[in-house]
Amino acid sequence: MAKFEKANSVGEWLDQRLNLTTFNKVMMTEYWIPKDINFLWAMGVLLATTFGILVISGLFLMMYYKPDVNLAFDSVNYTIMQEVAFGWLFRHMHGVAASVVFLIIYIHMFTGIYYGSYKQGREMIWISGMLLFMTFSAAGFSGYMLPWGQMSYWAAMVITNLFGGVPVIGDALVVWIRGDFNVADATLTRFFMLHVFLLPITIMGIIGLHFYTLRIPHVNNQSSDEFDFDAEAEKYLSGNKKESKVIPFWPIFISKDLAVLGIFLIFYFYLVFFHYNFAMDPVNFDPADNMVTPAHIYPEWYFLWSYEVLRGFFFDIAGFKAFDIGLIAFAFANVIFLLLPWLDRDPKILPAHKRPAFFVWFWLLMVDLIVLTVYGKLPPTGTNAWVGFFAAVSFILLFIILPIISKIDAKKRGSL
Amino acid sequence: MSKETNRRDFLGYSFAAVAAVGGAASLVGMKQVWDPLPSVLAGGFTTVDLTTLKAGEPETFVWRGKPIFVLKKTAEMEQSARDLHIGEDRFIIAIGLCTHLGCIPAWKKDTWKCACHGGEYNSSAKQTFGPPPRPLDLPPFSVNGTSIVLGEEGPEYKKIAETLKA
Repeated sequence: MAKFEKANSVGEWLDQRLNLTTFNKVMMTEYWIPKDINFLWAMGVLLATTFGILVISGLFLMMYYKPDVNLAFDSVNYTIMQEVAFGWLFRHMHGVAASVVFLIIYIHMFTGIYYGSYKQGREMIWISGMLLFMTFSAAGFSGYMLPWGQMSYWAAMVITNLFGGVPVIGDALVVWIRGDFNVADATLTRFFMLHVFLLPITIMGIIGLHFYTLRIPHVNNQSSDEFDFDAEAEKYLSGNKKESKVIPFWPIFISKDLAVLGIFLIFYFYLVFFHYNFAMDPVNFDPADNMVTPAHIYPEWYFLWSYEVLRGFFFDIAGFKAFDIGLIAFAFANVIFLLLPWLDRDPKILPAHKRPAFFVWFWLLMVDLIVLTVYGKLPPTGTNAWVGFFAAVSFILLFIILPIISKIDAKKRGSL
Repeated sequence: MSKETNRRDFLGYSFAAVAAVGGAASLVGMKQVWDPLPSVLAGGFTTVDLTTLKAGEPETFVWRGKPIFVLKKTAEMEQSARDLHIGEDRFIIAIGLCTHLGCIPAWKKDTWKCACHGGEYNSSAKQTFGPPPRPLDLPPFSVNGTSIVLGEEGPEYKKIAETLKA
């Protein structure tokens, strides 16, 4: 056994046993972040905080929620909303955070795309981030089912039916996922399990992985300047703080992060107290009824773009069924972002405004995603159906031409 | 390779074999936990009296938690291989869930229209517009005089199911 001296303080006692000083250095005071960044680099801390809010508010909701088709609706809309002290607050915090977390995820993602922070060594950061996006989506969907209102029920119906598109085993797979011929009690209870245990714990694991993936390639910066982090850290530690291109995560970087977090939290609680309705669909205040489909069903705003890609293909093309084309397009939309590091053929990391063709591509993608989101909420009839079709086709084309676009930039610059 | 390494390899492989068998067995068990329960599978049967239906106005019945459309066709409505002939009358029987993603289409004048993704079906339950990949599904039924029993496979059902496959 190692030899232990008598400790003079609690801190020293712990340090002898856990080596907290070194741990603290590695994780905080000597974890180096570039100086040349802006407020968009604070989104990671915002997301970690919002996830924390979701976990804590979720714990309080779970104490009164009942995952049973006969009890679920009332346990939310009567017990939690009217009887439990501050139950309404925890519900609104949970619902609004679930919505806002996707807003921040999208900002975080598109910041990464704009500054090229997904390639040339940073692929694993991007992939773990996209895995988080997927697990958050699954958590959002499974959580939406729990209040067991009309939107909960029919969203569950539509999404579980998507698995019917899997060749050969599709129909059996749908019944297996639901545990019944339609969405029923077995479905609600198993999605409750996924929502409150399996998905959160998976998310926590991937968050750990996501942080770890940053350690070796390091955080990107505004001008995509590549420099030697060890040399810059050396400068900082020897007192040359002004010339050094890096700052420690704690307490320097975090101070600005916390300032941005403060603004974000004011915005978030403003929504929780005064504008929670955007996250509380009125249709979902009707109890689930398997005999009546609401006149018009749509997902929450953060799924609208991929939902519109799914339903954009409303007619058969060249012998392919509209259903299958829509499903393939939907699958494409959900995995294509994962492949981004390999679709971008430009070997240099640069922000979009220094890559002329990519810059246009980036903003076209933004416009297309907004069009898809807006039309995803509108009824799919007449002109709307056609706008949806062209926006969905554009989305796919944008990713198909990305390798060419990025090569054009590289050739013009002479780096290819 | 030394003697120890061989023994360690043997231990490793034996553990891998035990783990593989145990892992596969637990996967089967976990899969079956998610299967529908026997009480769900037992489902049940629903009897529908066809004499109460008005021509041109479909009614919805419940079978295994799913809506079932039964339409008595008017004389003007098209002939279809799917029509169930009982005496002079023609009936269309269909599971009332859009074959696209499972919403319940609503009857508007002479068409079933799905609000979710815009699919449409004519009076013979055939898809005429939008994403539905096939006509509304046919539930198993048997004819008993002027009523039908949903859940049983009668000769009339088998005949119609055969024409739908073609």
